[in-house]
Amino acid sequence: MEQTSADITASDDIRPPVASIGVIGWVRANLFDGWFNSLLTLATLYALWVVVPPIVRWVIIDAVWNTTGAECRDAAGACWSIIATNFRFILFGFYPYDQQWRPLVAMLLLFGLLYYSQDRKHWTKMLGYGWVAGLVAMGLLMRGGLLGLSSVETTKWGGLPLTLLLSVFGLTAAYPLGVILALGRQSRLPIIKWLCVVYIELIRGVPLISLLFMGSIIFPLFLPEGITINKILRAQVAIILFTAAYIAEVVRGGLQGMSRGQYEAAESLGLNYYLTMRLIILPQALKIVIPPTVSILISAFKDTSLVVIIALWDLLKTSQAVLSNPEWMGFSREAYIFIAILYFLGCFSMSNYSRRLERELDRDRP
Amino acid sequence: MTEEQATETASPDIEDSIIEIINMHKWFGDFHVLNDINLKVGRKERIVICGPSGSGKSTLIRCINRLEQHQRGQIIVDGIELTNNIKNIEKIRAEVGMVFQHFNLFPHLTIVDNLALGPIWVRKTPRKEAEEIAMYYLEKVHIAEQAKKYPGQLSGGQQQRVAIARSLCMSPKVMLFDEPTSALDPEMIKEVLDVMIDLATEGMTMIVVTHEMGFAKSVAHRVLFMDFGQIVEGNTPTEFFDNPQHDRTKLFLSQILH
Repeated sequence: MEQTSADITASDDIRPPVASIGVIGWVRANLFDGWFNSLLTLATLYALWVVVPPIVRWVIIDAVWNTTGAECRDAAGACWSIIATNFRFILFGFYPYDQQWRPLVAMLLLFGLLYYSQDRKHWTKMLGYGWVAGLVAMGLLMRGGLLGLSSVETTKWGGLPLTLLLSVFGLTAAYPLGVILALGRQSRLPIIKWLCVVYIELIRGVPLISLLFMGSIIFPLFLPEGITINKILRAQVAIILFTAAYIAEVVRGGLQGMSRGQYEAAESLGLNYYLTMRLIILPQALKIVIPPTVSILISAFKDTSLVVIIALWDLLKTSQAVLSNPEWMGFSREAYIFIAILYFLGCFSMSNYSRRLERELDRDRP
Repeated sequence: MTEEQATETASPDIEDSIIEIINMHKWFGDFHVLNDINLKVGRKERIVICGPSGSGKSTLIRCINRLEQHQRGQIIVDGIELTNNIKNIEKIRAEVGMVFQHFNLFPHLTIVDNLALGPIWVRKTPRKEAEEIAMYYLEKVHIAEQAKKYPGQLSGGQQQRVAIARSLCMSPKVMLFDEPTSALDPEMIKEVLDVMIDLATEGMTMIVVTHEMGFAKSVAHRVLFMDFGQIVEGNTPTEFFDNPQHDRTKLFLSQILH
């Protein structure tokens, strides 16, 4: 940089030197700033040159899209035919083939509601009713047995609708439960406090898999004869209980970040405990913990795939079933990439939305 | 505002006391922070409490709306004794305004929402009416044009005036001020004191913990000096400043009135 500053004459010293602005400036500052960074840049470029073209060739150029499994084996590239041919089984599992429009409509309804609910301006009472109506409609579509829809047992539910069912209900029920647990853990009433502490520590002390096993195998043993509880419901409850314990600890962190003054100001206005929490403390505390909360929700979303072990046919399980078909055996890369893309879309939109929410709620900073 | 103006406008009614504190004690652990406090505050009376830091003056006024709990003796506010009865505590808090050293505005709400919150949720006033009340008091503290902003966008002096207005929206019978100007930059102290003097002129009952001796001289009916958890002496401002009785008071005054 010494030469450039020497070049500057008195007349143009108001403008920054050419070498520090524009494309050249950016390249200099970010890619070739010193011999070490230059070396790293060159090494990275070489690595990209080696890696990217073969990937593009495998994924797109040499790939086959709509063939039989046998033809796939001769192709040099990816065999996307496994997805194209088994698309409906992967997405809907054993749901009766000619009725699969029903889960499709249910999912579209869900996506529509989620999309509409993004905007905080739309959060009105009407939207609440909309969700209730939407959920009833989704349940009706999936379950059937009314309005001329044939009944479909929940044992036949599978694929993406099941994954979405477990995650949407799991996350929306776990969040408020987690907040309540966090408040309970701060309670001055010792019994409530200790119940919450014991619950949180117990649940956090065991893996989700063991909770799912307990729900699906041990829990039914304790039920009186003749009474059964739906397997999906049991898995759902296990996911909710598990996620809530983690959310509780994150929310507790947010509560501890609140200054004593906020409580005192609210109390000195005569607000009771419930109103102080609802109007003053939680809106601020929950905002602080949006990033860690979303991390938990994202990992809970992915953890729903663990229901595979109690033989629920979620998205992952239906793909595995396709892979066990001799015709498609060995194309696990393609199948798993497809599933990964679906999960990624879900997780990425959650994290995107959380960032947007943070931005919108950040207006109270000076 | 001169001395006479402020004191003439409203003479306190000592007989009809709004706050009565009898033989009150409080400990923080082993530390005897308030030691046998006896104090009667009449309606429309204005009291300034001063004293060295750690003398218990903040704790005393925080006991009056139960932000701190006393352990012995009695505190009676507007005819209601402070006990563990949470309903009574909430009733008293609604009638007693409190202004804090660090303002404690609600950062996630706009200024007007900060003010309307109490009336809406505690007094059950309809929102529209509550917002009118809020705007009325914002005018009063000369800050109505900031109504739609958030607390973080205001200066310290403005925030403290908003905090005063927020308490006033509840139409309190008593206002407690806990070192309202101590956290302010020097050039902002006057705007806050001016608002407090206006309040005094209108006959508000006030208990003010402050080191602003000019304010005490011109506004207070009584100045109390506290040290080591006790009220050492209390007198009219003239007597208090010109003729202090106790050595500790003399020492304190000599230290702060350079």
